Amino acid sequence: MLSLESITKTTQDWLFAKFSPEIALTIECVIVILLCITLFAVLGLVLVLLERKVAARIQIRLGPNRVGPGGIFQTAADTLKLIMKEGLTPDTADKFLFNLAPFIVMMVAMLLLAPIAFAKNFQIWDINIGVLYISAVSSLSVIGILMAGWASNNKYSLLGAMRSGAQIVSYELSAGFAVLTIVVLTGSLRISDIVASQENGWWLFKGHIPVIIAFVLYIIAVTAETNRAPFDLAEAESELTAGFHTEYSGMKFALFFLAEYINIFIVCAIGATLFLGGWMPLHIGHWDGFNHIMDYIPSSVWFMGKTFFLIFVIMWFRWTFPRLRVDQLLNLEWKYLLPISLFNLLLVTVIAIMGWHF
Amino acid sequence: MFLKDYISDVYNGVASLLKGMRKTGYYFTHSKEIITEQYPDNRATLKLADRFKGEVVMPHDDNNEHTCTGCTACELACPNGTIKIITKFDVTPEGKKKKAIDAFIYRLEMCTLCNLCITACPSDAIKMVPNFEHSVFDRSKLTKVLNKPGSKIKEGIE
Amino acid sequence: MYNQTEIIKDTTDLGPDGELVINMGPQHPATHGVLHLVVTLNGETIKKIEPHLGYIHRSIEKMCERLSYRQFIYVTSRMDYLSSHINNTACALLIEKGMQIEVPERAKVVRTILNELTRIASHELWIGAMAMDLGAFTPFFYAFREREMITDIMEDTCGARLTMNYIVPGGLMYDIHPNFQTKVKAFVKQFKEKVTEYEDLVTGNIIFQSRTKGVGVLTAEDAISYGCSGPVARASGVSCDMRKIAPYDAYDRVEFDEVIETAGDSFARYIVRVKEMNQSIRIIEQLIDNIPEGEFVGKTKNVLKLNKGEFYQRVETARGEFGVFIVSEGGTTPYRIKFRSPGFSNLSVLDHIAKGSKIGDLMATMGTLDLVIPDIDR
Repeated sequence: MLSLESITKTTQDWLFAKFSPEIALTIECVIVILLCITLFAVLGLVLVLLERKVAARIQIRLGPNRVGPGGIFQTAADTLKLIMKEGLTPDTADKFLFNLAPFIVMMVAMLLLAPIAFAKNFQIWDINIGVLYISAVSSLSVIGILMAGWASNNKYSLLGAMRSGAQIVSYELSAGFAVLTIVVLTGSLRISDIVASQENGWWLFKGHIPVIIAFVLYIIAVTAETNRAPFDLAEAESELTAGFHTEYSGMKFALFFLAEYINIFIVCAIGATLFLGGWMPLHIGHWDGFNHIMDYIPSSVWFMGKTFFLIFVIMWFRWTFPRLRVDQLLNLEWKYLLPISLFNLLLVTVIAIMGWHF
Repeated sequence: MFLKDYISDVYNGVASLLKGMRKTGYYFTHSKEIITEQYPDNRATLKLADRFKGEVVMPHDDNNEHTCTGCTACELACPNGTIKIITKFDVTPEGKKKKAIDAFIYRLEMCTLCNLCITACPSDAIKMVPNFEHSVFDRSKLTKVLNKPGSKIKEGIE
Repeated sequence: MYNQTEIIKDTTDLGPDGELVINMGPQHPATHGVLHLVVTLNGETIKKIEPHLGYIHRSIEKMCERLSYRQFIYVTSRMDYLSSHINNTACALLIEKGMQIEVPERAKVVRTILNELTRIASHELWIGAMAMDLGAFTPFFYAFREREMITDIMEDTCGARLTMNYIVPGGLMYDIHPNFQTKVKAFVKQFKEKVTEYEDLVTGNIIFQSRTKGVGVLTAEDAISYGCSGPVARASGVSCDMRKIAPYDAYDRVEFDEVIETAGDSFARYIVRVKEMNQSIRIIEQLIDNIPEGEFVGKTKNVLKLNKGEFYQRVETARGEFGVFIVSEGGTTPYRIKFRSPGFSNLSVLDHIAKGSKIGDLMATMGTLDLVIPDIDR
């Protein structure tokens, strides 16, 4: 089967044979940029529709089903509508920051695509501090949100942005500790090393109790980081209209909307890489026949499957639980999640030293 | 003691959340529970209740006859002046003048579908039909004349 | 001319102590209807709430002065549209009391069953809307599935789904549909199976409980002094069910409990309504199997005239005590009608119980007061 790895290898060989090294490198960069933007666009389309369909099925109804067979062109219609809307900038808003904020949020999402391994040997940048890079860059999204709230010159937006900022900064800690659990077990920050260490089994199964606790904590923490329900009071429609993006309309709103879904994809991709084995197929012990069949499924399909499973779990949370109040949310983090994750880190260190994992 | 409360707190909380998730997960996987109707597509098989109050009509039989005597009981019973009856005088074969209706004007845009006119009518001349698709592009179409042109009252109704 | 400080005060909406004044509504996803709340905030804490009413005032009471006693009943369906049968029953009972009309047994029993079905439908919608205010969007659809069964029963028998206008002075407008009994029995069976879903999804949920427990506490003295009624007062320990205090129709023949809680917070108001739904099912079960045969409407004159004097009738709607007061000069139309709406008194207590809490709590409190604004504004 034609694997993504062989496509990249042949392209690289052909380019370096045809052009001088600098020009070949430039062309490669341009190709990667175009692929990233395409991936974003396609993901945005797919995820928005997926959310609406999942929501509809949980609510015992069909989702969008008029535009295209089964509603698949619904997001394209929505994007078209948003493009044609009047992009209104309030008179007293800080115009430079107002226009810059959606782009910062988008940029952070794009930067985070770099270390993720989509398939075997198919990573944009296999940096040796991959996990640290991910934690650091994901903290930058707070700047975009605060900028949006401040520049709108609107009390509701400011209130929403402040709440959102406090929430994101708090939950980064728990997410970081959950990620550290896997780093302790693997011994390396490099993404490809982490995925390679899961060859004989995913960390979720190999690292039993502490990794399962870390996984649950990670899912809760990233739901809060991406402002999803039940932690979505930044955009709670029934409380403060739309929070920090109240004043945005037209294409800028579409960028915020898109950036939220891309963020979900990225954090689920990271979760799948760390806890569920990235692009590694499911191998069970010494069942060679089973393992051989599993190897036939391409690694990109494994990766996408795991990521979309986690995305589905996060969507499931949204449509089941009511919203938390802001003080309860911070309560949850500082009094429950942080102590449990600290204790969990201690536990996993002991297990790693004693070698009590599989 | 504090630790026991803490752990039981966490456990009960997580258990209640998982119970809720199981319920929604059940509905996600069982799509036969979907109860919404796909409206414009299922018009052919749509069945409304017989008594659904959609619109007032005056039933005419095969000879284009109705049973309205022009007594204006419905016009008096209507709470907001939806019905207006214009009467004329017919000449019967014996040469006597008899009151008959010229036009039974019914304004659908004002009707509250309260059914008081139907219960007030002594000769069962009007009834409600289950028709809910009343949208028009031209508002004057909502002012209807219920008796068909050229129709007259059935014999023997007083 | 204004001086500098006055101009800044005028344009930045600061209250007397530099607090923030924001408007919630009249177009707002959470206020159930057109309610305009002027909220004075200090950070995130509420200091004062002022409701501005009148956005859906249709001068119903004045309109009824031109309508005869048979005609004015349909307007009451449109006031509190979620308890339309119960409002109609109040008007019908008043006229029967005033003119000494005999109501046959069949009509009494059917009226009671329809009232209880309406109460369940109203509480179902309330559960869905309350969960949606707090952010859980799915219980709304599950609640509407049950409500759909009730409106189907109403459509078969009464001909309409929301504003029914089926109860007239003397009994019913026409006889019930032949499959009324079977459909109601099927509904009772399904309701009993599905009511555990609300337990799982909403009542037992730790997030829901922590958002409603201890929020918006109303003491019993305050409930009585502000004139609250219905589940709002019963959750604070005040016993005020009109069906027990002044029974009408067939309520003196059935056994049911009056649900009273003592905590007075939002969670107690929620529990009272859920338990009330179960009690309504109990009432329906006792009545549905033996609906007496006979006439469905008593003998009345063609033109109804009340004697000179003042008449008052009160019933228990899903929201509380609804009252109709008529001053009659002896003619065919009332001289003055006044409707005592339960929502108006329940809303007046909002400022008192929401002071000092956060905005998120305001949503939970307002949701549990179960306001329907056309009822308040008439």
